[in-house]
Amino acid sequence: MTRFPGLRHLVAGAAAMAVVAAAAGGVQAADKVKAAFVYVGPVNDNGWTSRHDAGRQEMEKALGDKAEKSAFVENVPEGADAERVIQQLALSGHNLIFTTSFGFMNPTQKVAQRFPNVMFEHATGFKREINMSTYNARFYEGRAVAGLLAGHMTKTKVIGYIGSFPIPEVVQGIDATTIALRKVAPDAIVKVIWVNTWVDPGKEADAAKALIDQGADVIMQHTDSSAPCQVAQERGVWCVGQASDQTRFAPKAHLTAIVDEWGSYYIKRAKAVLDGTWKSEDVWGGMKDGFLSLAPFNPAIPADVRAKADQAVADIKAGKLLPFAGPIKNQAGAEVVKAGESIPDDKLAGLDWYVEGVQGQLPK
Amino acid sequence: MLLRLEPRGEASRAMIWLTPVLSILLTLTFGAILFAALGFDPLRALAAYFIRPVSTLYGLGELALKATPLAMIGVGLALGFRANVWNIGAEGQFTMGAICGGGVALIFHDTEGFWVLPLMALAGIAGGMAYGAIPALLRTRFNANEILTSLMLTYVATLFLSYLVHGPWRDPKGLNFPETRMFNASAQLPGLLDGTRFNLGAIVALLVVAAGWLLLARGFIGYQIKVVGQAPKAAAFAGFDQNRIVWFSFLVGGGLAGLAGLIEVAGAIGQLHPRISPGYGFTAIIVAFLGRLHPVGILAAALMIALSYLGGEAAQIEMRLPLAITGVFQGVLLFFLLGTDVLIRYRVRFGRPATSRGG
Repeated sequence: MTRFPGLRHLVAGAAAMAVVAAAAGGVQAADKVKAAFVYVGPVNDNGWTSRHDAGRQEMEKALGDKAEKSAFVENVPEGADAERVIQQLALSGHNLIFTTSFGFMNPTQKVAQRFPNVMFEHATGFKREINMSTYNARFYEGRAVAGLLAGHMTKTKVIGYIGSFPIPEVVQGIDATTIALRKVAPDAIVKVIWVNTWVDPGKEADAAKALIDQGADVIMQHTDSSAPCQVAQERGVWCVGQASDQTRFAPKAHLTAIVDEWGSYYIKRAKAVLDGTWKSEDVWGGMKDGFLSLAPFNPAIPADVRAKADQAVADIKAGKLLPFAGPIKNQAGAEVVKAGESIPDDKLAGLDWYVEGVQGQLPK
Repeated sequence: MLLRLEPRGEASRAMIWLTPVLSILLTLTFGAILFAALGFDPLRALAAYFIRPVSTLYGLGELALKATPLAMIGVGLALGFRANVWNIGAEGQFTMGAICGGGVALIFHDTEGFWVLPLMALAGIAGGMAYGAIPALLRTRFNANEILTSLMLTYVATLFLSYLVHGPWRDPKGLNFPETRMFNASAQLPGLLDGTRFNLGAIVALLVVAAGWLLLARGFIGYQIKVVGQAPKAAAFAGFDQNRIVWFSFLVGGGLAGLAGLIEVAGAIGQLHPRISPGYGFTAIIVAFLGRLHPVGILAAALMIALSYLGGEAAQIEMRLPLAITGVFQGVLLFFLLGTDVLIRYRVRFGRPATSRGG
């Protein structure tokens, strides 16, 4: 009879291996970092993946001859293929592997259990192992500043928001924008269109047009292409870019952009592998940690507004301005966060409701 | 000197089997030139592409895993394509199979039992069949073009899956991320080889290939399919029911795509999420034609296409070859595979045509 080991045995075996590794102290100082990156898109997407790749290059530069040339694999599908790519990277001697999309979470975990001496870093997820960390950026901090700018610049008091998927990260962005917006313009509203994709210039452009037709004069996006800003430029309204500085696509319309900055984190983690101090962690970095920045403000924004935005950035970094500080009302008008309180991280991580001022229902 | 193509009297049987070999040689030559021109060692690059991915047991398991859905869907589609029934919606039927089979896994997530997997497989087949039945009904009842209806239903299935995992089927402990809980052990396909992802699905795919071959070579319905495809009028005279062939093609094609979907989620993935397929249903159309609509050819084509994906990854990892180059290389492979087909019906002649000289 053939043996049918079954998944349970595999998992049990892997778990046993992990325990042995933990007992042996798993992490040892390495002579060199050989890092690898798994990308969900192409490196030239001008958005999510190109920002991770910029971080990879910063890391290589900062480590000099302490880093071997890092590997990356582009356009890795989030289905069955991801596990193979991660496994091959672990097999081919890489000792620090970054998997940079939520859909890589379970495959990363499976491979991490099999390779206790390889360190894994998964972006945006929530499952960890002794050799698997998670990291993400507090993008909503940038949204709070964008909301402030929108509140000052809007005339129609309607903000159009292009959402990718109704996951907590995106809902945080919508809510943080709305809270900051209505501090400046209490009667302004936010209209959301979900496009169910991270990048699709056609769909994003259609959504931007529809929102402008409904009266929006500031277009925000939680998607990665430059299409919404280009539409905003054509139609003479404002926009806020995402992931990378999109000024060059829409110099007139571009108020600012929330720019992802991964380099400092990648350098830190690679150095930790070199020192043998790498530990499994859950890192959620904000502007003060250098995880995100704002693209230069459009010179067309009045100087006093720019000064307020700069102040907001400084206050967020100093912890004086909390984007989710109460009082916060939900869509029904009930106060759900009292003055003096703020939504804690564990609640933010699963955020699934709109604040007052957002129009429409959150798809559930 | 002039190069010209001269029609053969009938398709060359030798060329049917020689052209794939020829096209692979041409691809290797072209690939070597391309890699060398870009400053990569051509031999190392080709080895990384074609040999390294399958040089380990793990790699062979991955090849089987990747080829399984392509071969299963391809065989199902080929039956219809031979009868000029154009099911372009295998991607949707794959998704529906995954939804129905995965749904069973979710319903019984706290139940262990040997019967869970067979039940999931049946649900997967039924889901794919039912989804294939829609274009079949529209075609036989209202004469609606099945290319359009089956294709458009694909998007409906994908969105339906997206709705389920964002909403009712979302993992209650998953922080609202769009995915279901992981299936429990008795709802996952058993692995057959330690240290690889080789699972029962690959065996099922081989059985499907064998069954497809038997059906076309020996079955009466296989004979009807061939006649309807090659000589519709003769088929009508013989009293073969066109509508029956349409129904048969869609139910079998849909059922196999559905089963492939279930195998994918119960095998390598272990849960439902919005991106369970990197386009297997569409790639399988290429696979079906590359395999000349013959089940054994389809198996070979599925392995070839699967290897080209694995090779693309390996070349990126080992050689730092950019993704775009691996994409070009895959395109070249397809170009030569399809382009050399011209040799089946034409022979290459040098010199001017030997026609009568005018006065």
